[in-house]
Formats: sequence, structure tokens, C-alpha cells
Amino acid sequence: MGIPSDRPRPLSVPSQKNPPPAEDAESEPRPGRVRKPIGWSTIIIAALVAVSAALVWRRDGTDGVLDILTHDLSLFSGILPRVLAGCLLGAFISEILPHEKVSRSLGPKSGLMGLLIGTAFGAILPGGPFTAYPVASALLAVGADFGATIAMVVSWTLIGYGRAVAWEIPIMGTDFTLWRIVISLPLPVLAGALGRFVYVRVYPKRDSDEDAA
Amino acid sequence: MSAALLIDILLWGSVFGVGLIAFRRGPPVFKASLREGSMDFINIVPRIALGVIGSGYIAAIIPQEVITGWLGPDSGWLGVATAVVAGAATPGGPVIGFSIGTVALKSGGGVPQVVAYVVAWALFAFQRVILWEIPFMPARFVWFRCAVSVPFPFVAAAIAMVIGKP
Repeated sequence: MGIPSDRPRPLSVPSQKNPPPAEDAESEPRPGRVRKPIGWSTIIIAALVAVSAALVWRRDGTDGVLDILTHDLSLFSGILPRVLAGCLLGAFISEILPHEKVSRSLGPKSGLMGLLIGTAFGAILPGGPFTAYPVASALLAVGADFGATIAMVVSWTLIGYGRAVAWEIPIMGTDFTLWRIVISLPLPVLAGALGRFVYVRVYPKRDSDEDAA
Repeated sequence: MSAALLIDILLWGSVFGVGLIAFRRGPPVFKASLREGSMDFINIVPRIALGVIGSGYIAAIIPQEVITGWLGPDSGWLGVATAVVAGAATPGGPVIGFSIGTVALKSGGGVPQVVAYVVAWALFAFQRVILWEIPFMPARFVWFRCAVSVPFPFVAAAIAMVIGKP
């Protein structure tokens, strides 16, 4: 008697707190940097790996399988500290970057300037994939839109100096590398712009839900 | 080796720098992000392990010669399209990708085709996507980014055709 839970609960309250992500891109909870450990991508990759390992085993026997395993395990142990550094970098950056400022300068309404900032950021980012992706993920989490983040990732991979200095110049030569980078200069902004153009059509947003988020 | 060392110094230097900024915002901010970064690391390790160890097996069943064959002396847009597929399918790290590009250049491959190959490799080499991008980024973003990037090796080849050789 008199217990508050006897009263009918308003059903809308819990659902407002956590809107289904597929329905609305705008009020969707910000993507976390790391999601649940097992997803469809992981399952597909695991299947691909299992098939490849089986093919290697049929071709080269157990020794072939073990050779690759030892080589990759040593590679893995070498990479681990850098992965830790990348994760920490991403976590610190998402903590110290003011969300409002990021969504203003890299968000969906940031225009060409946002794409240029993303491009510049990708070009100057130090380190390899172990930095670029955690940092890109952190940017997404603090309010950058797909377009600016695409510009950043594409810029890192095409005009970033890290890989060019460490690998491309020694192997392909300075002339080819610089020429290839010049050709690539407009691509990050174009990719980001195309990304934005497609995004608003693939995930149409409902402005009315913005206040609820 | 020295390049790897330089990368490590820059990397940990940056971590230290942003860590210092976080620390000056107050120890709770610093501790929270330290914990979050470590949790990310712990969550990501199994997927990185799967990617690193797995990509070795995937690379082993796609021999380098297959890729070089695709990059033959084809010219024109068919050659560019083949180069894009070859770039995406190239196993292994940057040494293999760039070496294949160099071999193609030296053995008479067209410059626009080699540019398309290198750009496609940079944009969607499956090993990097599997090993790095998918574990760290929301999967929806990765597929979207890859789909949106498809035209750009062709754009790069077109620019190369217009402005000529290096």
C-alpha cells in the first residue's frame, strides 16, 4: 500500500534516454572509442583467418603455420607498446579537447574550414596507424562529423609525412614521392566533402530530436 | 631502425605532452583519461592480436607475384582499375606495397597506374583496414570511409595523366 512503484510508469522516459542508434544519426549517443570486443567485423576476420591458416597448413604443413605464428607473435609484441601509446593519446585528447569547440570546428556544420582543419591535423599527426585511428576515433567521440574525420584519416594516409619519410622516399625515391603527395593534396578535402554529401543522404537527420539529445 | 626510434620518440613525446595538459586540468581528469586509455588498450589487444597474427596467414595465401602480375603493362583506365584492386589486395606492410610499386614502375607500368596503385594501397590495403582501422574505429565509420574513398585513386590517376610524369 502506498508503494510508489504501483503507479503506472511513463513508458517514454527510458526510451528517451537511449534512442536506438539506427534511427537517428543526430541524437545517437556519441560513439565510444572502443566498442564491445566481439562484433560482426571480428567474426568475419576470424573466419577469414581460420580459412587462410587452414590453406597454409594444407600447403606448408604444421611448420609453415608455426613459422608465421612465431613471426607474427614477435611483430605483435613489438607493436603492443605503441598501441598503448596510441590508446593513451586518444584518451587524453578526447579528455582535453573541449567538445563544443570540436563540434563547432569539426562538426557537421563546420564547412570547408572543418575539412581543412581535419586535413591539416591528419598531415601533422606523428606516428603510424597505432596513433591515427585512436585519435580519429577520439575526434568522432568528441563531436567531429564523419566528413572531417574522413578528411583527417585520408590526409594521414596520403599526405602524412610519417610513412612517406620512413618508407616511400627510401623505396620509391624522393621525386616520385613528392610528386605523388602533390597529386594527393586535394584528395582529403574532396573525400571529406563527398563523405558529408553522402552522409546526410544515407543517414537523414531529424532536427526535432536534437533538443532531446 | 632510426626511423622507428624517431616515431617512438615523437609518439611518446606527444603522449607525454597531452598527458601533461590533462594533468594540469587536475589529477581526477588525468586519472580518468589514464584509466580510459588503459581500458581501451585492454579491450583492443585481442582484436589487434587477431589482426596481426591473422594477416600473416592471409598474406601467405596471396603471393606477391599475383599482385605484380595485375600491375602489368596494361595502360588506360582498365589498367588503373586493375591497379586499384591490386592496391586493396596487397598483403603486408609498406615495404611490400612500395616495392611492388617500384617494380611496376621499372618494368614498364604506366605512371598513372602506379599512382593509382599507391593511392589505393594507402586508402584501402585490406591488411591495414583489418588490423588497425576496424579495431579502433566504429565499424560503420570504416565501411563508410572506404566506400567514399573509392573514386579517389581514379582521381589521382586522372590528375597524374593531366600534369604528366614526375
